[in-house]
Amino acid sequence: MTRTVAHFGKDLIGLEPLSADQIRSVLDTAEPFKEISERRIKKVPVLRGKTIVNLFFEPSTRTRISFEFAEKRLSADTVNIATMGSSVAKGETLVDTARNLEAMRIDMVVIRHGSSGAARFLAERIPSNVINAGDGSHEHPTQALLDLLTIRDHLAKIEGTRVCIVGDILHSRVARSNIYGLVKLGAEVGVCGPPTLMPVGIEELGVQVFRRLEEAIEWADVLNVLRLQLERMQGGYVPSLREYNRVYGVSTARLERAPKDILILHPGPMNRGVEIDSDVADGPHSVILKQVTNGVAVRMAALYLLAGGAPEKAESAKGGIEA
Amino acid sequence: MAHTRTPLMDEMTVRRSVSRMAREITELVGGTEGLVLMGIHRRGDEIAALLRDEIHEAEGIEPALGSVDITLYRDDLGVIGPRPVEGESTLPSDGIDGRVVVIVDDVLYTGRTARAALNELMDWGRPSRVYLCVLVDRGGRELPIQPDIVGRKVEVIGNRRVEVLVPELDGRLAVEILKDPSGDS
Repeated sequence: MTRTVAHFGKDLIGLEPLSADQIRSVLDTAEPFKEISERRIKKVPVLRGKTIVNLFFEPSTRTRISFEFAEKRLSADTVNIATMGSSVAKGETLVDTARNLEAMRIDMVVIRHGSSGAARFLAERIPSNVINAGDGSHEHPTQALLDLLTIRDHLAKIEGTRVCIVGDILHSRVARSNIYGLVKLGAEVGVCGPPTLMPVGIEELGVQVFRRLEEAIEWADVLNVLRLQLERMQGGYVPSLREYNRVYGVSTARLERAPKDILILHPGPMNRGVEIDSDVADGPHSVILKQVTNGVAVRMAALYLLAGGAPEKAESAKGGIEA
Repeated sequence: MAHTRTPLMDEMTVRRSVSRMAREITELVGGTEGLVLMGIHRRGDEIAALLRDEIHEAEGIEPALGSVDITLYRDDLGVIGPRPVEGESTLPSDGIDGRVVVIVDDVLYTGRTARAALNELMDWGRPSRVYLCVLVDRGGRELPIQPDIVGRKVEVIGNRRVEVLVPELDGRLAVEILKDPSGDS
């Protein structure tokens, strides 16, 4: 009664268009959802009768399963559609697919697509709620939200925390969403990676660029280590995996020189021995599996907040009907 | 645009009611064996805590206390939109299977909250018996749900609001009826 949730639009496309209040609202809503996954009956009826389509145009295991758990634990009906690339113009296929699904009366689409902007493109063309589960190198909002939740869980706050994102910043939607979210919540954000994988003008997003991992480690409270997508090798962005590991690999030897303990995040799947060494990934400061657990709670929160239908009515109904 | 407040119960009256309700609970259950007081978040929690203290004093045994937040069991998500989930549902460590659960709330009105709490309890386990205990029954039921133990029964018309004030949240213990001056009557 005293607190309300921030209002959301129809869709969750990225963290860039969200306000700090909206982001906090998702994180706060995720808190009680954590406990549901610990129950004997891991299910609440809040989305009973809603049909959600998980439309994955790119391979994904973790994100898709995490969404599916979140949907099922809220009692929604789910359908998974995995479609690999198509020769038809992407926009057309996408909208046709979605319209066909709409014709079967669905309520929500969770979309993963290789093209930046695909989620928004779809959201503007169908009345269902759309959640972006990663579009090209644009955004991956639920990943950033779960990273934020994990940082907040372990450091009690995000404001003033120094978070450095390490790796392929250029192609990373995880990096982009993290930067937007962290900056909005008042964190200090650094990025560190090979110059070939560092977007030009990244400083304009309010981040500090570290050329050497040693400097980043000296500065940071948190390292969010990105996966080096192995196809970048063919693109000539990095000379070799061994070379990458030697310069940018997060290892115990490097972390031991840090002035304090550093929280280690990784969005997965990991290339052990490339961007992160096994003893770091499995070490005492790694919260990589906590991220996975939090991912389900954050996605439950996002689904719950978007599925509400008519949030503007919440205000008028407040303080009314029932204590 | 302040609400007009009419007192319904003062602190003394609430305490007398709670103390009678506590006796009725132990009478109904036949003691405290297997008893769980399950407050509905948030003011139901506070009433449940008062009942626990009364029962503890009278019987010398502190009954188990739990809490349900029924937000995710509401039936009006599509009508009203998402509400913040404020509390966590907590159970006694040994669960509710085979135990006597008394659902405690501050005000009983449409019965929809009690319905939601019952559904949630059934997802948590299988109590041997469930009772419903409320401080104020204000009438206006929309579902066939009736309380077993009532502090005060009063008919209140639809656009008034019955507010139970508790020390932890409001600094005092009382029950008041609120009339919104913008309302018709």
